[in-house]
Amino acid sequence: METDQMTTYRLGIDVGGTNTDAVILDDQDVPLVQTKTPTTEDITTGIVNALDDVLDGADITSADIDFVMLGTTHATNAITERRGLNEVGVIRLGAPATQSINPLLEWPDDLAEAIGNNYTILDGGHEFDGRELNDLDEEQILDTIEEFSHVDAFAVASVFSPVRSDHEERVAELIHEQLGDEVPVSVSNEIGSIGLLERENATILNAALTNVAAEAANAFIDAMAERDIDAELYFGQNDGTLMAVDYALAYPIFTVASGPSNSVRGAAYLSGIENGIIVDVGGTTTDVGAISDGFPRESSVAVEIGEVKTNFRMPDLLSIGLGGGSHVKQAVDSVNVGPESVGYRLTEEGLCFGGETLTATDIAVAAGLADIGEVKPNVDEATIEAGVSFIQERVERAVDRMKTSAEDVPVVIVGGGSILVKDDLEGASQVDRPDHFEVANAVGVAIAQVSGQVDRIYSLDEVERDVAMADAKEQATNDAIEAGADGDTVDIVEIEEVPLSYLPGNATRIKVKAAGDLAH
Amino acid sequence: MISITVDEVEDIAIGAAVMGTGGGGDPHVGKLVAKQAIEQHGSVPLLSPDELAEDDLVIPTAQMGAPTVSYEKPPGGDELVKSVKRVESAIGQKAIATMPIECGGINSTFPIAVAAQMGIPLVDADGMGRAFPELQHETFNIYGVSGTPAAVADSHGNVCLLDTVDNVSLEWIARGITVRMGGTGYLADYPMTGTQVQETAIPNTMSLVKDIGEAVRVADGDVVEAIAEVTAASIYGEACHLFEGKIVDVKRRTEAGFVLGHVELEGLGEDRGQTMRIDFQNENLAAKVGDEYRITVPDLITVLDRETGDPIPTERLRYGARVQVLGIPTPEIMRTPAALEVWGPRTFGIETDYRPLNA
Repeated sequence: METDQMTTYRLGIDVGGTNTDAVILDDQDVPLVQTKTPTTEDITTGIVNALDDVLDGADITSADIDFVMLGTTHATNAITERRGLNEVGVIRLGAPATQSINPLLEWPDDLAEAIGNNYTILDGGHEFDGRELNDLDEEQILDTIEEFSHVDAFAVASVFSPVRSDHEERVAELIHEQLGDEVPVSVSNEIGSIGLLERENATILNAALTNVAAEAANAFIDAMAERDIDAELYFGQNDGTLMAVDYALAYPIFTVASGPSNSVRGAAYLSGIENGIIVDVGGTTTDVGAISDGFPRESSVAVEIGEVKTNFRMPDLLSIGLGGGSHVKQAVDSVNVGPESVGYRLTEEGLCFGGETLTATDIAVAAGLADIGEVKPNVDEATIEAGVSFIQERVERAVDRMKTSAEDVPVVIVGGGSILVKDDLEGASQVDRPDHFEVANAVGVAIAQVSGQVDRIYSLDEVERDVAMADAKEQATNDAIEAGADGDTVDIVEIEEVPLSYLPGNATRIKVKAAGDLAH
Repeated sequence: MISITVDEVEDIAIGAAVMGTGGGGDPHVGKLVAKQAIEQHGSVPLLSPDELAEDDLVIPTAQMGAPTVSYEKPPGGDELVKSVKRVESAIGQKAIATMPIECGGINSTFPIAVAAQMGIPLVDADGMGRAFPELQHETFNIYGVSGTPAAVADSHGNVCLLDTVDNVSLEWIARGITVRMGGTGYLADYPMTGTQVQETAIPNTMSLVKDIGEAVRVADGDVVEAIAEVTAASIYGEACHLFEGKIVDVKRRTEAGFVLGHVELEGLGEDRGQTMRIDFQNENLAAKVGDEYRITVPDLITVLDRETGDPIPTERLRYGARVQVLGIPTPEIMRTPAALEVWGPRTFGIETDYRPLNA
């Protein structure tokens, strides 16, 4: 293939638990070549292997690649395995309020211990309308910094900091003055939204992850250096947008659960659908997400990570235990598929690969939905029929639960296991299986935009609704530009207005998200 | 005598969400406050109303204002204790126990923390028998107890003593104060003698809430059946399955700080082919099958996730959810003519007469 000297390419990489996927897109965002290689222990090797595959396949050189985007499960694994976490000093500003619930109260003991169990509640914070709840006491803060001087990182959470962040910022400034600029300080207003305990939890997890994030970033940077790629490097985050490497070093918590967001975005892009339902069928589970104006819809309830309740941005997903490797169990008059799965051992254990276990993939092959493996599995008609309709009904029910209205909606099916699902899906106005559906994750991270978000409470008795809305939009737009977006391409992609109940004064919570293309 | 430990608090929080009938605030924050107080001060004895002596003083406690504010600004811890002490000094007598005014939602758990901190028991009773939006929605008010002297405190130590002409005025003025206090205030009101508790409170509701929570937690399969078994053995009577369906529409609007709206269900299973409409004002108010009311306030309507059995608050109802609707009848004390004048369907704008569930 002849390549134009002026053409620039994007490389998308998704490091999953089983596979490392990569895809190269041209400057029109058209996928040129894709690969799936096994993930390696050191991560770097797996990335280099995938990189070699796609560079060979596309017949381009390292120098042609301008942007590289990485989706990774590093941070998630570090939390669930309690591995490589920082010792964190937790400072909450809210006294004399909030002392009835200490920081870390709800954390599993081993996780609280893994981060050192250092916390204090100091004077400070604001009310919902922006008035000060209490003055900062700088002497108190300096004493605490001295007491916590042994920690690796700080987490600072102030009451109503999504409304006013100056107290958190002052404390961060004092920590840097006392202990040096290199000490990582996570402030809650940059991490989460209203809901102190959940936002504080997410901030503490973020502070605990900065070393792990540095490791992942270095693995990424090393892999690129090994193949002489001199490109802008980005990480995918869980709202389906990108962050630059130095941003990812400061906000590693946003990489948690970025995989599903990437596949939702990737599926939307590959299919051209901006509003609809995405079904991602893997080896063990099927994730069903919703896409709304091109972005993954976010969950409205607290999300738990490593058994800790957080409230930060996560895609609204319904996960069902159904995938290509799911066990198929026969009973007298019924068939059950999943949730147990042979997982990555499908190519050894599945009937169609000469193994002994009847899997969902075998049902699909026997039903003629797919042509995989070496052997035509011997399955009786009744089981095939019951298995196929079981899978179909479970997926239909999941799709219906993720819809926001009764109308039929477009459904996009991606992922390695998508052969399990038939096209005549109830509730779907159309069913799409776009090209490159197997690597929708890697495509999703490669085409992602950068975003900014605001979540504040306004008193509409004091500020006109239009003024409050304009203020929120402007802040979200500025945040997106600061995160690397080209100002000309930034759009408001999401607005949510929630009145607060049992409270006169017309207090309303306004959430706005803006996103734009990467600035070149 | 039962003692409330951190384990019972877990169950009470689950049961309080069921008895919150869709509103009353998420019991989560209150649960954490109660847990920390018990860890620091020890467990709380639960006192049956009939164990009270005639002249014993009981001072109920509650949080007032926007639950959303308390998720962001939990209490400092001693606000309610200060309110209780202010009311004690106004009366010139020490409280021997505290009591919830509302056994559904977030207010089921705050009085537990107060009792732990003050080293006094919690009376196993309340004045709403569920969640309701305002301070006059109390059997205490219905049967003639004055809400004042009452006190509202904030986290800074500001305490306002209230002496009002009636209990509707108490609601109006106290709610204004909570706004100035930053959206939430901590209230001690309806101070009562042992005799008044015995005559006006809904008895044994805290142990009922705990038992419901426990039944839901250990239920293996049918949550409605598990709850029904518990309520059947109480003064409430047997809870029943009202409807099984899928949410096909949710409408919400706000008026004067309340979230009003309705949800529509399309029947599933045995209810296939039928529809249900539930009206709510923070809490669920009434449910119709087709054109006919099946249940109204004060009887309890709780929407449960069909798969998990978790109660779904009105603010989280959304299209597509598979739910079952649970109805819990109310005890006699909550449905006398005097009670229906305060919280019957027409007081919430539902144009029908109250007909007891299971009647």
